[in-house]
Amino acid sequence: MSWVKEISKVLYVDLSKKTFWVESREDLFSKWLGGIGVAVQLYKEEVPKGADPLGPENAIVLAVGPLTAVFPMASKTISVFKSPLTGTMAESHAGGRAPAAIRFAGLGAIVIKGASERPVYLVVEGERVRFRDAGTLWGMRSAETVGRVLREALPGAGLRTIMRIGRAGERLVRYANVIIETYRHFGRMGLGAVFGSKKLKALVVIGRRSSKVPKIREYREAYAEILEVARGAATKKYHELGTAANVLPLNKLGALPTRNFLSGRFEGAESISGERLLESLSRRLSCVGCPVACIHLAAIREQYEDEKYFYKVENVPYDYELLYALGSNLGVSDTVGVLKLIKVVEEEGMDAISAGVALAWATEALERGLITKEHTIVELKWGDWQAYSKSLHYIVEQPNDFYKVLALGVREAASRYGGEEFALHYNGLEPAGYHTGPLYHLSLAIGGRHSHLDAGAYGMDEGLASAKARVPEPEEAVRLIASEESWRQVLNSLAVCLFGRRVYGPGAVTKALRSLGYELGEKELEELGKSIYLERHTVKLSEGFRPEDVKIPRRVLETPTPLGFVTEEYLRRGIQHFAETIRKQGR
Amino acid sequence: MIAAKAQRLVVLDANKCVGCQLCMLACSSRLTHVGPAKSHLLIRSAGGIERGFVVVVCRACQDPPCARVCPTGALSPLPKGGVRLSSSKCIGCKNCVDACDIGAVLWDEELEKPLICIQCGYCVDFCPYGVLGVEAL
Repeated sequence: MSWVKEISKVLYVDLSKKTFWVESREDLFSKWLGGIGVAVQLYKEEVPKGADPLGPENAIVLAVGPLTAVFPMASKTISVFKSPLTGTMAESHAGGRAPAAIRFAGLGAIVIKGASERPVYLVVEGERVRFRDAGTLWGMRSAETVGRVLREALPGAGLRTIMRIGRAGERLVRYANVIIETYRHFGRMGLGAVFGSKKLKALVVIGRRSSKVPKIREYREAYAEILEVARGAATKKYHELGTAANVLPLNKLGALPTRNFLSGRFEGAESISGERLLESLSRRLSCVGCPVACIHLAAIREQYEDEKYFYKVENVPYDYELLYALGSNLGVSDTVGVLKLIKVVEEEGMDAISAGVALAWATEALERGLITKEHTIVELKWGDWQAYSKSLHYIVEQPNDFYKVLALGVREAASRYGGEEFALHYNGLEPAGYHTGPLYHLSLAIGGRHSHLDAGAYGMDEGLASAKARVPEPEEAVRLIASEESWRQVLNSLAVCLFGRRVYGPGAVTKALRSLGYELGEKELEELGKSIYLERHTVKLSEGFRPEDVKIPRRVLETPTPLGFVTEEYLRRGIQHFAETIRKQGR
Repeated sequence: MIAAKAQRLVVLDANKCVGCQLCMLACSSRLTHVGPAKSHLLIRSAGGIERGFVVVVCRACQDPPCARVCPTGALSPLPKGGVRLSSSKCIGCKNCVDACDIGAVLWDEELEKPLICIQCGYCVDFCPYGVLGVEAL
């Protein structure tokens, strides 16, 4: 059987009718590889124009690719859905065991549509789906408990993924996430709220199958070569301190967003750095098929106040973005404090970046008198992590109108209460933690998912800063960003982890694909990347997205970056050029 | 690819296991099929991955219970420990799976036969963190 045939089964689940079926979609997998390439096409087929992101007409697409679970670091599942945060097609990637489980359930993609009238969870084993009542799981305070219950109730240990939402998803917090295997997430753009709107508490996939490799000798050879690179310098940073290694260099550069982007330097950076957290590092973990083990857990040992001979030890995953969003950007320098805030978002199931940026806006709005303590209930002050901890729970519990609005994201909150000039978002999505320069901010405005991962343009800024090079004209910047974003569409279709982007150059990709029977040259791959790039952006345009309407938060222009002040004119020219180019190409 | 000398797999330090399952993939790719479910060893979480992992490998018992419960003689004990599967004799009754207290007799769902480790040690080289080793019997 050809590899395309092997990976091209799509499982469709209709939650309204409680039915499911499998279709072979070789048409899609042969043309678009897999991952994001295929997911965009399935989204186009399933989600009608004007669909309500939280209505039954929205669909969740999960896709893996040809390299999934058979090559090192091919460890991502790509989710595509309409975002309740941005109102357009969204994309979020997650690792854990999900890619391997989906792949070896014999599937290339899963499409979940409709909505259940009562809470359910799904168990997918091979091509069979069981609908299970989730009444007992609904409303559980911690998403970790939900995971534990399902772990014990279901078979397939070691060969399964347990995706679930927390209370944030149930209560439709627009930036709720989907947690998988406790420490990985479909983090951004609100997939958790889409699960919640469909009354889908969890999705368990068990993968017990295998695939015959067409050219086993070539496969073993390509695998060994790629594994060696994956274990070397290309992933050293992720391997050692993890992404937390970014804290100190970004701070030194003046690019670590601090107190709602008021500054690029944080005096408390040392205590939330990867180096400091090493003292609490308790375990490192990997996604299936990845030797890097970038997932870092810190242990907090804590004495009970009323029972001094009782202690609890909790493990908290930490990554750079969380340390920025719940650390520097809230002025929190207490090491344990920031870990405890991470713990709260883990239990509630919401995106740390969006939640942190929303709280940073609220803190400043309170300082400036746009809102009062009546709204926030707790006094929000930079660095006061106990107050932020309570506030995070309020976002989920929504005890008053203010928190109901804050749960809609910072864009909605600022349009209701004011302070748009310091509400950090691009098209509704709160930014990741880089105030590196104009290319990064431009990339957030024009990126397919308005994410730092679209093109990794913070790296371009950093490169310019360290080389003391001239910043390219905005039109040239757009070209650089589009070119990187296009190549990443290939990686996201394969679907490899972007931490492996230095492992999977065009040569390695072709070699890996060849061993699986694909005849794709480097040029063809590049063209494919461009086509997928265009597809993604064209879908958004057809949904009514207008790049020219993206607001530039004034705060971005007021705080200097390592490349000086970002100007509105620069960003506007870039956005204009992007809009014209993409419309022309799309015709 | 049968192990030339009498040896067995050992778990040197399960605490260093990160759960990447490269060993499982390697085991499956030793043959022509890939997929963790074709693996003769299993990495699973110890009740949630925050508690780390359980590394399940066949320990090549001296008097293997799996062989004793096989009704068709498909599993033959080896002189120094461990068993060999004679696939043509196996009727897929799963007695061996139940008999192994450490859960090291895994099941091939596609062929309905047990996955019996031959102690070749191929997986060892793929572990990035030195969790697995081999020792002579």
